[in-house]
Amino acid sequence: MSPPASSESRLVAPLARTGSGEIAEVVGQVATIVGYEARKLRHDPTELLLRAIQPALWLVVFGSAFTAIHAIPTGALTYLQFLTPGILAQSVLFIAIFYGIASIRERELGIIIKFLVSPARRAILVGGRALSASLRGLSQAVVVLLLATALSVHLRITVPSVAGVIVAVILGSALFSTLSMVIASLVRTQERFLGIGQLLTMPLFFASNAIYPITIMPRWLRPFAYANPLTYLVDALRNLTTPQGTVLFPLWVDLTVLLGVTLGLILLCAGLYPRMAQ
Amino acid sequence: MVASSAAPVVVAEELTRTFGDLTAVDRLTFAVPRDQVFGLIGPNGAGKTTTIKMLTTLLHPSDGHARVAGYDIAKEPGEVRRRIGYVPQLISADAQVTGYENLWVVGGLYGIPRAERGPRIREALELLGLAAFGDELVRNYSGGMIRRLEIASALLHRPEVLFLDEPTVGLDPVAREAVWEQIDLLKRRFGTAIVLTTHYMEEADRLCERVGVMHQGKFVAVGSPAELKAGLGQPGATLQDVFRRYAGEEVELSGAYREAGRTRRVAARLE
Ligand SMILES: Nc1ncnc2c1ncn2[C@@H]1O[C@H](COP(=O)(O)OP(=O)(O)OP(=O)(O)O)[C@@H](O)[C@H]1O
Ligand SMILES: [Mg+2]
Repeated sequence: MSPPASSESRLVAPLARTGSGEIAEVVGQVATIVGYEARKLRHDPTELLLRAIQPALWLVVFGSAFTAIHAIPTGALTYLQFLTPGILAQSVLFIAIFYGIASIRERELGIIIKFLVSPARRAILVGGRALSASLRGLSQAVVVLLLATALSVHLRITVPSVAGVIVAVILGSALFSTLSMVIASLVRTQERFLGIGQLLTMPLFFASNAIYPITIMPRWLRPFAYANPLTYLVDALRNLTTPQGTVLFPLWVDLTVLLGVTLGLILLCAGLYPRMAQ
Repeated sequence: MVASSAAPVVVAEELTRTFGDLTAVDRLTFAVPRDQVFGLIGPNGAGKTTTIKMLTTLLHPSDGHARVAGYDIAKEPGEVRRRIGYVPQLISADAQVTGYENLWVVGGLYGIPRAERGPRIREALELLGLAAFGDELVRNYSGGMIRRLEIASALLHRPEVLFLDEPTVGLDPVAREAVWEQIDLLKRRFGTAIVLTTHYMEEADRLCERVGVMHQGKFVAVGSPAELKAGLGQPGATLQDVFRRYAGEEVELSGAYREAGRTRRVAARLE
Protein backbone atom coordinates (compact mmCIF):
# COMPACT_ATOMS: atom_id res chain seq x y z
CA MET A 1 0.00 0.00 0.00
CA SER A 2 1.26 3.42 -0.83
CA PRO A 3 0.07 5.85 1.87
CA PRO A 4 2.88 7.22 3.99
CA ALA A 5 1.23 5.98 7.14
CA SER A 6 2.04 7.49 10.48
CA SER A 7 3.99 4.92 12.36
CA GLU A 8 2.15 5.15 15.66
CA SER A 9 -0.75 3.10 14.40
CA ARG A 10 -0.96 -0.64 13.94
CA LEU A 11 -4.19 -0.23 12.08
CA VAL A 12 -2.20 1.43 9.35
CA ALA A 13 -0.49 -1.79 8.49
CA PRO A 14 -2.65 -3.59 5.98
CA LEU A 15 -3.22 -7.15 6.87
CA ALA A 16 -0.54 -9.31 5.38
CA ARG A 17 -1.81 -12.65 4.20
CA THR A 18 0.12 -14.87 6.50
CA GLY A 19 2.41 -17.41 4.94
CA SER A 20 0.87 -20.16 7.03
CA GLY A 21 -1.65 -20.61 4.26
CA GLU A 22 -5.28 -21.31 3.79
CA ILE A 23 -5.65 -24.28 6.12
CA ALA A 24 -4.36 -22.28 9.09
CA GLU A 25 -6.73 -19.48 8.19
CA VAL A 26 -9.71 -21.82 7.98
CA VAL A 27 -8.83 -23.45 11.30
CA GLY A 28 -8.53 -19.98 12.84
CA GLN A 29 -11.93 -18.97 11.49
CA VAL A 30 -13.62 -22.10 12.79
CA ALA A 31 -11.93 -21.66 16.17
CA THR A 32 -13.16 -18.06 16.27
CA ILE A 33 -16.75 -19.04 15.61
CA VAL A 34 -16.70 -21.82 18.21
CA GLY A 35 -15.00 -19.54 20.73
CA TYR A 36 -17.68 -16.91 20.12
CA GLU A 37 -20.43 -19.40 20.91
CA ALA A 38 -18.59 -20.48 24.04
CA ARG A 39 -18.44 -16.86 25.22
CA LYS A 40 -22.15 -16.43 24.64
CA LEU A 41 -22.93 -19.55 26.62
CA ARG A 42 -20.71 -18.27 29.40
CA HIS A 43 -22.56 -14.94 29.48
CA ASP A 44 -25.90 -16.72 29.67
CA PRO A 45 -25.82 -20.40 30.71
CA THR A 46 -29.52 -20.62 31.70
CA GLU A 47 -30.50 -22.46 28.53
CA LEU A 48 -28.07 -25.26 29.25
CA LEU A 49 -29.33 -25.69 32.79
CA LEU A 50 -32.98 -25.76 31.70
CA ARG A 51 -32.16 -28.28 28.99
CA ALA A 52 -30.93 -30.74 31.60
CA ILE A 53 -34.45 -31.19 33.00
CA GLN A 54 -35.95 -33.07 30.09
CA PRO A 55 -33.49 -35.97 29.88
CA ALA A 56 -33.69 -36.28 33.66
CA LEU A 57 -37.46 -36.78 33.44
CA TRP A 58 -37.14 -39.32 30.64
CA LEU A 59 -34.56 -41.39 32.45
CA VAL A 60 -35.98 -41.18 35.95
CA VAL A 61 -39.71 -41.40 35.26
CA PHE A 62 -40.15 -43.09 31.90
CA GLY A 63 -37.02 -45.23 32.13
CA SER A 64 -37.64 -46.52 35.62
CA ALA A 65 -41.32 -47.28 34.95
CA PHE A 66 -40.62 -49.21 31.75
CA THR A 67 -37.75 -51.07 33.35
CA ALA A 68 -40.10 -52.23 36.06
CA ILE A 69 -42.84 -53.53 33.74
CA HIS A 70 -40.49 -55.19 31.18
CA ALA A 71 -42.76 -53.98 28.36
CA ILE A 72 -40.07 -53.51 25.76
CA PRO A 73 -37.83 -56.37 24.59
CA THR A 74 -34.24 -55.19 24.74
CA GLY A 75 -32.36 -58.49 24.61
CA ALA A 76 -29.53 -58.81 27.04
CA LEU A 77 -29.76 -55.17 28.14
CA THR A 78 -31.88 -53.77 30.93
CA TYR A 79 -34.32 -51.20 29.63
CA LEU A 80 -32.37 -48.34 31.27
CA GLN A 81 -29.17 -49.54 29.60
CA PHE A 82 -31.00 -49.58 26.29
CA LEU A 83 -32.67 -46.23 26.91
CA THR A 84 -29.72 -44.12 28.11
CA PRO A 85 -27.99 -43.80 24.70
CA GLY A 86 -31.40 -43.14 23.17
CA ILE A 87 -32.12 -40.30 25.58
CA LEU A 88 -28.66 -38.87 25.02
CA ALA A 89 -29.30 -38.86 21.26
CA GLN A 90 -32.73 -37.36 21.84
CA SER A 91 -31.31 -34.50 23.92
CA VAL A 92 -28.75 -33.84 21.21
CA LEU A 93 -31.55 -33.75 18.63
CA PHE A 94 -33.81 -31.48 20.69
CA ILE A 95 -31.12 -28.96 21.49
CA ALA A 96 -29.74 -28.90 17.92
CA ILE A 97 -32.96 -28.85 15.94
CA PHE A 98 -33.86 -25.39 17.23
CA TYR A 99 -30.37 -24.02 16.74
CA GLY A 100 -31.47 -22.39 13.46
CA ILE A 101 -33.57 -19.97 15.46
CA ALA A 102 -30.28 -18.36 16.44
CA SER A 103 -29.50 -17.64 12.78
CA ILE A 104 -32.99 -16.21 12.29
CA ARG A 105 -32.49 -14.01 15.33
CA GLU A 106 -29.09 -13.00 14.01
CA ARG A 107 -30.66 -12.17 10.70
CA GLU A 108 -33.32 -10.02 12.35
CA LEU A 109 -30.70 -8.31 14.49
CA GLY A 110 -28.36 -7.80 11.55
CA ILE A 111 -25.58 -9.75 13.27
CA ILE A 112 -25.40 -12.22 10.41
CA ILE A 113 -24.24 -9.46 8.05
CA LYS A 114 -21.00 -9.26 9.97
CA PHE A 115 -20.35 -12.93 9.18
CA LEU A 116 -21.47 -12.79 5.56
CA VAL A 117 -19.39 -9.75 4.68
CA SER A 118 -16.22 -11.33 6.08
CA PRO A 119 -13.83 -13.25 3.84
CA ALA A 120 -14.67 -16.56 5.54
CA ARG A 121 -16.13 -19.04 3.09
CA ARG A 122 -19.82 -19.81 3.48
CA ALA A 123 -19.15 -23.49 4.17
CA ILE A 124 -16.74 -22.44 6.95
CA LEU A 125 -19.37 -20.17 8.48
CA VAL A 126 -21.93 -22.96 8.45
CA GLY A 127 -19.47 -25.64 9.55
CA GLY A 128 -18.24 -23.40 12.36
CA ARG A 129 -21.80 -22.82 13.55
CA ALA A 130 -22.44 -26.55 13.36
CA LEU A 131 -19.42 -27.24 15.54
CA SER A 132 -20.53 -24.52 17.95
CA ALA A 133 -23.83 -26.30 18.34
CA SER A 134 -21.82 -29.30 19.51
CA LEU A 135 -20.85 -27.43 22.64
CA ARG A 136 -24.50 -27.57 23.68
CA GLY A 137 -24.77 -31.21 22.66
CA LEU A 138 -21.70 -32.10 24.72
CA SER A 139 -23.16 -30.41 27.78
CA GLN A 140 -26.14 -32.74 27.37
CA ALA A 141 -23.82 -35.73 27.16
CA VAL A 142 -22.29 -34.79 30.50
CA VAL A 143 -25.74 -34.44 32.07
CA VAL A 144 -27.07 -37.74 30.72
CA LEU A 145 -23.97 -39.72 31.65
CA LEU A 146 -23.98 -38.27 35.18
CA LEU A 147 -27.67 -39.09 35.55
CA ALA A 148 -27.08 -42.61 34.34
CA THR A 149 -24.30 -43.02 36.87
CA ALA A 150 -26.55 -41.68 39.61
CA LEU A 151 -29.22 -44.20 38.61
CA SER A 152 -26.47 -46.87 38.59
CA VAL A 153 -27.14 -47.83 35.00
CA HIS A 154 -24.39 -50.21 34.02
CA LEU A 155 -22.64 -48.61 31.01
CA ARG A 156 -19.27 -49.14 29.42
CA ILE A 157 -17.30 -46.05 30.47
CA THR A 158 -13.71 -46.33 29.27
CA VAL A 159 -11.37 -43.78 27.74
CA PRO A 160 -12.00 -44.98 24.17
CA SER A 161 -15.75 -45.22 24.68
CA VAL A 162 -15.97 -41.70 26.12
CA ALA A 163 -13.80 -40.38 23.26
CA GLY A 164 -16.18 -42.15 20.87
CA VAL A 165 -19.22 -40.62 22.58
CA ILE A 166 -17.67 -37.16 22.19
CA VAL A 167 -17.12 -37.75 18.46
CA ALA A 168 -20.63 -39.14 17.95
CA VAL A 169 -22.26 -36.29 19.89
CA ILE A 170 -20.29 -33.69 17.92
CA LEU A 171 -21.36 -35.32 14.64
CA GLY A 172 -24.99 -35.65 15.74
CA SER A 173 -25.17 -32.05 16.96
CA ALA A 174 -23.55 -30.78 13.78
CA LEU A 175 -25.94 -32.80 11.65
CA PHE A 176 -29.17 -31.66 13.29
CA SER A 177 -28.06 -28.07 13.80
CA THR A 178 -27.14 -27.81 10.11
CA LEU A 179 -30.50 -29.30 9.18
CA SER A 180 -31.99 -26.62 11.41
CA MET A 181 -30.00 -23.87 9.69
CA VAL A 182 -31.11 -25.18 6.29
CA ILE A 183 -34.72 -24.81 7.41
CA ALA A 184 -33.98 -21.38 8.87
CA SER A 185 -32.44 -20.19 5.59
CA LEU A 186 -35.53 -21.36 3.73
CA VAL A 187 -38.31 -20.03 5.97
CA ARG A 188 -36.51 -17.00 7.45
CA THR A 189 -39.14 -16.14 10.08
CA GLN A 190 -39.27 -17.37 13.68
CA GLU A 191 -42.97 -18.35 13.53
CA ARG A 192 -42.65 -20.58 10.49
CA PHE A 193 -39.39 -21.98 11.76
CA LEU A 194 -40.85 -22.96 15.13
CA GLY A 195 -43.81 -24.57 13.39
CA ILE A 196 -41.59 -26.70 11.18
CA GLY A 197 -39.24 -27.48 14.07
CA GLN A 198 -42.12 -28.82 16.18
CA LEU A 199 -43.46 -30.74 13.22
CA LEU A 200 -40.12 -32.43 12.63
CA THR A 201 -38.95 -33.30 16.12
CA MET A 202 -41.55 -35.86 17.15
CA PRO A 203 -41.46 -37.95 13.94
CA LEU A 204 -37.65 -37.97 14.05
CA PHE A 205 -37.79 -39.11 17.65
CA PHE A 206 -40.50 -41.74 17.39
CA ALA A 207 -39.43 -43.11 14.00
CA SER A 208 -36.09 -44.06 15.48
CA ASN A 209 -34.64 -46.71 17.75
CA ALA A 210 -34.23 -44.22 20.61
CA ILE A 211 -36.76 -45.65 23.07
CA TYR A 212 -37.69 -49.00 21.52
CA PRO A 213 -36.01 -51.35 19.04
CA ILE A 214 -36.96 -51.08 15.37
CA THR A 215 -38.12 -54.68 15.45
CA ILE A 216 -41.23 -53.81 17.45
CA MET A 217 -42.26 -51.08 14.99
CA PRO A 218 -45.03 -51.65 12.47
CA ARG A 219 -43.56 -52.79 9.19
CA TRP A 220 -44.43 -49.60 7.24
CA LEU A 221 -42.52 -47.44 9.76
CA ARG A 222 -39.25 -49.35 9.57
CA PRO A 223 -37.93 -47.85 6.32
CA PHE A 224 -38.40 -44.41 7.86
CA ALA A 225 -36.43 -45.47 10.89
CA TYR A 226 -33.59 -46.65 8.68
CA ALA A 227 -33.65 -43.38 6.73
CA ASN A 228 -33.62 -41.37 9.94
CA PRO A 229 -30.18 -40.02 10.91
CA LEU A 230 -31.16 -40.13 14.59
CA THR A 231 -31.21 -43.93 14.34
CA TYR A 232 -27.52 -43.91 13.42
CA LEU A 233 -26.65 -41.57 16.26
CA VAL A 234 -28.48 -43.80 18.76
CA ASP A 235 -26.84 -46.86 17.27
CA ALA A 236 -23.38 -45.31 17.48
CA LEU A 237 -23.95 -44.40 21.13
CA ARG A 238 -25.22 -47.90 21.90
CA ASN A 239 -22.22 -49.40 20.15
CA LEU A 240 -20.01 -47.29 22.36
CA THR A 241 -21.65 -47.46 25.78
CA THR A 242 -23.66 -50.65 26.17
CA PRO A 243 -21.89 -53.85 27.17
CA GLN A 244 -23.27 -56.08 24.42
CA GLY A 245 -25.78 -56.55 21.63
CA THR A 246 -28.88 -54.74 20.41
CA VAL A 247 -27.09 -52.67 17.79
CA LEU A 248 -28.02 -52.44 14.13
CA PHE A 249 -24.70 -51.66 12.45
CA PRO A 250 -21.00 -51.65 13.24
CA LEU A 251 -19.79 -48.38 14.73
CA TRP A 252 -17.92 -47.31 11.61
CA VAL A 253 -21.08 -47.53 9.52
CA ASP A 254 -22.95 -45.31 11.99
CA LEU A 255 -20.20 -42.71 12.10
CA THR A 256 -19.75 -42.71 8.32
CA VAL A 257 -23.45 -42.15 7.76
CA LEU A 258 -23.49 -39.30 10.30
CA LEU A 259 -20.41 -37.68 8.77
CA GLY A 260 -21.65 -38.02 5.19
CA VAL A 261 -25.07 -36.56 5.93
CA THR A 262 -23.51 -33.71 7.92
CA LEU A 263 -21.12 -32.74 5.12
CA GLY A 264 -23.93 -32.88 2.57
CA LEU A 265 -26.11 -30.64 4.71
CA ILE A 266 -23.25 -28.18 5.29
CA LEU A 267 -22.75 -27.79 1.54
CA LEU A 268 -26.48 -27.38 1.00
CA CYS A 269 -26.69 -24.83 3.78
CA ALA A 270 -23.66 -22.90 2.50
CA GLY A 271 -25.55 -22.39 -0.74
CA LEU A 272 -28.65 -21.13 1.08
CA TYR A 273 -26.97 -19.09 3.82
CA PRO A 274 -26.39 -15.90 1.78
CA ARG A 275 -30.19 -15.61 1.51
CA MET A 276 -30.04 -14.51 5.11
CA ALA A 277 -28.49 -11.17 4.04
CA GLN A 278 -31.35 -10.25 1.72
CA MET B 1 1.38 -3.24 -4.99
CA VAL B 2 1.58 0.50 -5.57
CA ALA B 3 -1.73 1.81 -6.75
CA SER B 4 -1.54 5.14 -8.44
CA SER B 5 -3.64 7.44 -6.32
CA ALA B 6 -5.65 8.42 -9.39
CA ALA B 7 -6.84 4.86 -10.05
CA PRO B 8 -10.33 4.49 -8.64
CA VAL B 9 -10.86 1.74 -6.04
CA VAL B 10 -14.59 1.51 -6.64
CA VAL B 11 -15.81 1.34 -10.21
CA ALA B 12 -19.44 0.61 -10.95
CA GLU B 13 -20.63 0.23 -14.51
CA GLU B 14 -24.31 0.08 -15.33
CA LEU B 15 -24.91 -1.63 -11.99
CA THR B 16 -28.50 -2.84 -11.82
CA ARG B 17 -30.67 -4.78 -9.42
CA THR B 18 -34.27 -5.78 -9.86
CA PHE B 19 -36.67 -7.34 -7.36
CA GLY B 20 -39.45 -8.85 -9.46
CA ASP B 21 -40.91 -5.94 -11.42
CA LEU B 22 -39.15 -3.31 -9.33
CA THR B 23 -35.85 -1.93 -10.56
CA ALA B 24 -34.30 -0.89 -7.26
CA VAL B 25 -30.98 0.15 -8.81
CA ASP B 26 -31.03 1.22 -12.42
CA ARG B 27 -27.77 1.28 -14.42
CA LEU B 28 -25.60 3.18 -11.96
CA THR B 29 -22.16 4.18 -13.18
CA PHE B 30 -19.67 5.87 -10.91
CA ALA B 31 -16.10 5.70 -9.62
CA VAL B 32 -14.46 6.55 -6.31
CA PRO B 33 -10.71 7.18 -6.02
CA ARG B 34 -8.60 6.62 -2.90
CA ASP B 35 -8.71 9.34 -0.24
CA GLN B 36 -12.21 10.34 -1.24
CA VAL B 37 -15.67 10.15 0.23
CA PHE B 38 -18.52 9.46 -2.16
CA GLY B 39 -22.00 10.14 -0.81
CA LEU B 40 -25.24 8.52 -1.96
CA ILE B 41 -28.27 10.60 -1.09
CA GLY B 42 -31.89 10.22 -2.07
CA PRO B 43 -35.31 9.57 -0.57
CA ASN B 44 -36.34 6.33 1.14
CA GLY B 45 -36.41 3.50 -1.33
CA ALA B 46 -34.15 5.29 -3.82
CA GLY B 47 -31.84 2.25 -3.92
CA LYS B 48 -28.91 3.40 -1.77
CA THR B 49 -28.76 0.34 0.48
CA THR B 50 -29.29 -2.00 -2.46
CA THR B 51 -26.32 -0.38 -4.22
CA ILE B 52 -24.13 -0.84 -1.16
CA LYS B 53 -25.24 -4.44 -0.70
CA MET B 54 -24.16 -5.21 -4.23
CA LEU B 55 -20.78 -3.52 -3.79
CA THR B 56 -20.22 -5.44 -0.54
CA THR B 57 -21.06 -8.74 -2.33
CA LEU B 58 -24.15 -9.42 -0.22
CA LEU B 59 -26.47 -9.16 -3.19
CA HIS B 60 -25.85 -10.27 -6.78
CA PRO B 61 -26.29 -7.57 -9.41
CA SER B 62 -29.00 -8.37 -11.94
CA ASP B 63 -26.96 -6.61 -14.60
CA GLY B 64 -23.83 -4.54 -15.04
CA HIS B 65 -20.67 -5.00 -13.05
CA ALA B 66 -18.40 -3.42 -10.53
CA ARG B 67 -14.83 -3.68 -9.28
CA VAL B 68 -13.95 -2.94 -5.70
CA ALA B 69 -10.33 -2.70 -4.59
CA GLY B 70 -9.34 -4.15 -7.94
CA TYR B 71 -11.59 -7.23 -7.91
CA ASP B 72 -14.83 -8.02 -9.67
CA ILE B 73 -17.67 -8.22 -7.13
CA ALA B 74 -19.38 -11.10 -8.91
CA LYS B 75 -16.34 -13.15 -9.90
CA GLU B 76 -14.08 -12.74 -6.88
CA PRO B 77 -16.32 -11.84 -3.95
CA GLY B 78 -13.89 -13.37 -1.43
CA GLU B 79 -11.06 -11.07 -2.52
CA VAL B 80 -13.39 -8.08 -2.38
CA ARG B 81 -14.55 -8.98 1.14
CA ARG B 82 -10.98 -9.16 2.36
CA ARG B 83 -10.45 -5.53 1.37
CA ILE B 84 -13.61 -3.78 2.43
CA GLY B 85 -15.26 -2.72 5.66
CA TYR B 86 -19.02 -2.38 5.94
CA VAL B 87 -21.24 -0.68 8.48
CA PRO B 88 -24.79 -1.71 7.58
CA GLN B 89 -27.82 0.53 7.87
CA LEU B 90 -29.23 -1.56 10.70
CA ILE B 91 -27.22 -2.42 13.77
CA SER B 92 -25.04 -5.49 13.38
CA ALA B 93 -23.21 -5.59 16.71
CA ASP B 94 -24.14 -8.45 19.02
CA ALA B 95 -25.70 -7.10 22.23
CA GLN B 96 -25.15 -10.37 24.11
CA VAL B 97 -21.38 -10.07 24.28
CA THR B 98 -18.93 -7.29 25.08
CA GLY B 99 -17.58 -4.72 22.65
CA TYR B 100 -14.18 -6.37 22.76
CA GLU B 101 -15.69 -9.78 22.02
CA ASN B 102 -17.61 -8.37 19.07
CA LEU B 103 -14.34 -7.16 17.58
CA TRP B 104 -12.55 -10.38 18.49
CA VAL B 105 -14.89 -12.43 16.32
CA VAL B 106 -14.63 -10.08 13.39
CA GLY B 107 -10.83 -10.07 13.68
CA GLY B 108 -10.83 -13.87 13.69
CA LEU B 109 -13.01 -14.10 10.60
CA TYR B 110 -10.57 -11.82 8.79
CA GLY B 111 -7.72 -14.09 9.79
CA ILE B 112 -5.93 -11.57 11.99
CA PRO B 113 -3.53 -13.71 14.04
CA ARG B 114 -4.27 -13.85 17.78
CA ALA B 115 -1.06 -12.08 18.77
CA GLU B 116 -1.92 -9.12 16.58
CA ARG B 117 -5.65 -9.14 17.16
CA GLY B 118 -5.65 -7.86 20.73
CA PRO B 119 -3.48 -4.79 20.03
CA ARG B 120 -5.43 -3.97 16.88
CA ILE B 121 -8.73 -4.20 18.73
CA ARG B 122 -7.48 -1.97 21.51
CA GLU B 123 -6.26 0.52 18.99
CA ALA B 124 -9.53 0.54 17.07
CA LEU B 125 -11.46 1.02 20.33
CA GLU B 126 -9.11 3.86 21.23
CA LEU B 127 -9.56 5.50 17.85
CA LEU B 128 -13.32 5.54 18.24
CA GLY B 129 -13.23 6.68 21.85
CA LEU B 130 -14.43 3.36 23.27
CA ALA B 131 -11.28 2.26 25.07
CA ALA B 132 -12.94 2.44 28.49
CA PHE B 133 -15.97 0.38 27.41
CA GLY B 134 -14.41 -2.63 25.73
CA ASP B 135 -15.37 -5.05 28.50
CA GLU B 136 -18.91 -3.74 28.84
CA LEU B 137 -21.77 -5.80 27.32
CA VAL B 138 -22.98 -4.07 24.14
CA ARG B 139 -26.50 -4.30 25.57
CA ASN B 140 -25.45 -1.46 27.89
CA TYR B 141 -24.05 0.77 25.12
CA SER B 142 -25.85 3.87 23.88
CA GLY B 143 -26.85 4.08 20.21
CA GLY B 144 -23.88 6.32 19.45
CA MET B 145 -21.45 3.94 21.12
CA ILE B 146 -22.82 1.02 19.09
CA ARG B 147 -22.39 2.95 15.88
CA ARG B 148 -18.81 3.75 16.81
CA LEU B 149 -18.19 0.12 17.75
CA GLU B 150 -19.39 -0.94 14.33
CA ILE B 151 -17.07 1.49 12.64
CA ALA B 152 -14.22 0.18 14.80
CA SER B 153 -15.16 -3.33 13.73
CA ALA B 154 -15.09 -2.36 10.06
CA LEU B 155 -11.56 -0.96 10.48
CA LEU B 156 -9.77 -3.88 12.12
CA HIS B 157 -8.34 -5.26 8.92
CA ARG B 158 -7.50 -1.81 7.51
CA PRO B 159 -9.88 -1.96 4.55
CA GLU B 160 -9.10 -0.14 1.35
CA VAL B 161 -12.74 0.80 0.97
CA LEU B 162 -15.24 1.50 3.71
CA PHE B 163 -18.99 1.35 3.10
CA LEU B 164 -21.08 3.24 5.63
CA ASP B 165 -24.87 2.99 5.30
CA GLU B 166 -26.33 5.90 7.28
CA PRO B 167 -23.46 5.95 9.77
CA THR B 168 -24.92 8.69 11.98
CA VAL B 169 -28.61 7.83 12.04
CA GLY B 170 -30.05 8.41 15.49
CA LEU B 171 -26.88 9.97 16.92
CA ASP B 172 -26.85 13.11 19.04
CA PRO B 173 -24.93 16.09 17.64
CA VAL B 174 -21.82 15.37 19.71
CA ALA B 175 -21.64 11.72 18.67
CA ARG B 176 -22.32 12.69 15.07
CA GLU B 177 -19.45 15.18 15.14
CA ALA B 178 -17.20 12.45 16.58
CA VAL B 179 -18.07 10.07 13.75
CA TRP B 180 -17.43 12.81 11.19
CA GLU B 181 -14.01 13.42 12.63
CA GLN B 182 -13.21 9.71 12.42
CA ILE B 183 -14.26 9.60 8.79
CA ASP B 184 -11.98 12.56 8.00
CA LEU B 185 -9.16 10.91 9.89
CA LEU B 186 -9.51 7.61 8.05
CA LYS B 187 -9.44 9.32 4.74
CA ARG B 188 -6.40 11.45 5.58
CA ARG B 189 -4.38 8.99 7.61
CA PHE B 190 -5.14 5.70 5.89
CA GLY B 191 -6.11 6.86 2.41
CA THR B 192 -9.33 4.88 2.75
CA ALA B 193 -11.94 5.41 0.08
CA ILE B 194 -15.37 5.77 1.64
CA VAL B 195 -18.83 5.27 0.19
CA LEU B 196 -21.57 6.47 2.51
CA THR B 197 -25.29 7.08 2.42
CA THR B 198 -27.07 9.70 4.45
CA HIS B 199 -30.31 11.57 4.88
CA TYR B 200 -28.54 14.50 6.52
CA MET B 201 -27.62 17.06 3.90
CA GLU B 202 -25.18 18.93 6.13
CA GLU B 203 -23.39 15.60 6.61
CA ALA B 204 -23.06 15.04 2.88
CA ASP B 205 -21.91 18.63 2.48
CA ARG B 206 -19.31 18.36 5.24
CA LEU B 207 -17.85 14.94 4.34
CA CYS B 208 -18.17 14.16 0.66
CA GLU B 209 -15.89 15.07 -2.21
CA ARG B 210 -18.63 13.90 -4.52
CA VAL B 211 -22.31 13.20 -4.08
CA GLY B 212 -24.70 11.16 -6.20
CA VAL B 213 -28.37 12.05 -5.86
CA MET B 214 -30.46 8.92 -6.38
CA HIS B 215 -34.12 8.74 -7.25
CA GLN B 216 -35.94 5.53 -8.13
CA GLY B 217 -32.69 3.69 -8.65
CA LYS B 218 -31.09 6.24 -10.96
CA PHE B 219 -28.64 9.06 -10.50
CA VAL B 220 -30.44 12.31 -11.15
CA ALA B 221 -27.36 14.40 -10.38
CA VAL B 222 -23.72 13.69 -9.57
CA GLY B 223 -21.00 16.13 -8.59
CA SER B 224 -19.20 17.86 -5.77
CA PRO B 225 -21.50 19.57 -3.27
CA ALA B 226 -20.31 22.92 -4.63
CA GLU B 227 -21.08 21.93 -8.22
CA LEU B 228 -24.49 20.62 -7.32
CA LYS B 229 -25.38 23.79 -5.45
CA ALA B 230 -24.05 25.99 -8.24
CA GLY B 231 -26.04 23.94 -10.72
CA LEU B 232 -29.30 25.19 -9.19
CA GLY B 233 -28.43 28.70 -10.30
CA GLN B 234 -29.79 30.34 -7.14
CA PRO B 235 -27.43 32.21 -4.86
CA GLY B 236 -27.06 30.74 -1.38
CA ALA B 237 -28.52 27.38 -2.39
CA THR B 238 -27.89 24.55 0.07
CA LEU B 239 -27.59 20.82 -0.53
CA GLN B 240 -31.05 20.61 0.98
CA ASP B 241 -32.30 22.68 -1.97
CA VAL B 242 -30.50 20.33 -4.36
CA PHE B 243 -32.22 17.37 -2.72
CA ARG B 244 -35.64 19.03 -2.95
CA ARG B 245 -35.12 19.91 -6.56
CA TYR B 246 -34.15 16.42 -7.67
CA ALA B 247 -35.95 14.17 -5.25
CA GLY B 248 -39.19 16.00 -4.56
CA GLU B 249 -40.68 17.51 -1.46
CA GLU B 250 -42.73 14.65 -0.09
CA VAL B 251 -39.65 12.83 1.09
CA GLU B 252 -38.93 14.71 4.27
CA LEU B 253 -42.15 13.54 5.90
CA SER B 254 -41.71 9.90 4.99
CA GLY B 255 -38.11 10.14 6.12
CA ALA B 256 -39.15 11.27 9.57
CA TYR B 257 -41.60 8.39 9.81
CA ARG B 258 -39.04 5.78 8.82
CA GLU B 259 -36.56 7.23 11.20
CA ALA B 260 -38.96 6.91 14.13
CA GLY B 261 -39.51 3.26 13.30
CA ARG B 262 -35.81 2.68 13.10
CA THR B 263 -35.12 4.34 16.42
CA ARG B 264 -37.75 2.17 18.06
CA ARG B 265 -36.09 -0.87 16.60
CA VAL B 266 -32.76 0.18 17.99
CA ALA B 267 -34.32 0.71 21.38
CA ALA B 268 -35.95 -2.72 21.29
CA ARG B 269 -32.65 -4.27 20.32
CA LEU B 270 -30.90 -2.93 23.34
CA GLU B 271 -33.25 -4.31 25.96
N1 LIG C 1 -34.90 -7.93 -0.61
C1 LIG C 1 -35.77 -7.12 -1.26
N2 LIG C 1 -36.84 -7.63 -1.88
C2 LIG C 1 -37.71 -6.84 -2.54
N3 LIG C 1 -37.60 -5.50 -2.64
C3 LIG C 1 -36.53 -4.93 -2.03
C4 LIG C 1 -35.57 -5.70 -1.32
N4 LIG C 1 -34.63 -4.86 -0.82
C5 LIG C 1 -35.00 -3.62 -1.23
N5 LIG C 1 -36.14 -3.66 -1.95
C6 LIG C 1 -36.81 -2.50 -2.56
O1 LIG C 1 -35.86 -1.81 -3.33
C7 LIG C 1 -36.05 -0.41 -3.24
C8 LIG C 1 -34.76 0.24 -2.80
O2 LIG C 1 -34.52 -0.08 -1.43
P1 LIG C 1 -33.22 0.41 -0.65
O3 LIG C 1 -33.26 -0.24 0.67
O4 LIG C 1 -32.04 0.21 -1.50
O5 LIG C 1 -33.52 1.98 -0.51
P2 LIG C 1 -32.71 3.05 0.31
O6 LIG C 1 -32.37 4.12 -0.67
O7 LIG C 1 -31.60 2.44 1.06
O8 LIG C 1 -33.83 3.60 1.31
P3 LIG C 1 -33.69 4.13 2.82
O9 LIG C 1 -33.29 5.56 2.71
O10 LIG C 1 -35.08 4.02 3.33
O11 LIG C 1 -32.72 3.29 3.54
C9 LIG C 1 -37.20 -0.21 -2.29
O12 LIG C 1 -38.37 -0.01 -3.03
C10 LIG C 1 -37.27 -1.50 -1.52
O13 LIG C 1 -38.58 -1.76 -1.11
MG1 LIG D 1 -31.10 2.29 3.02
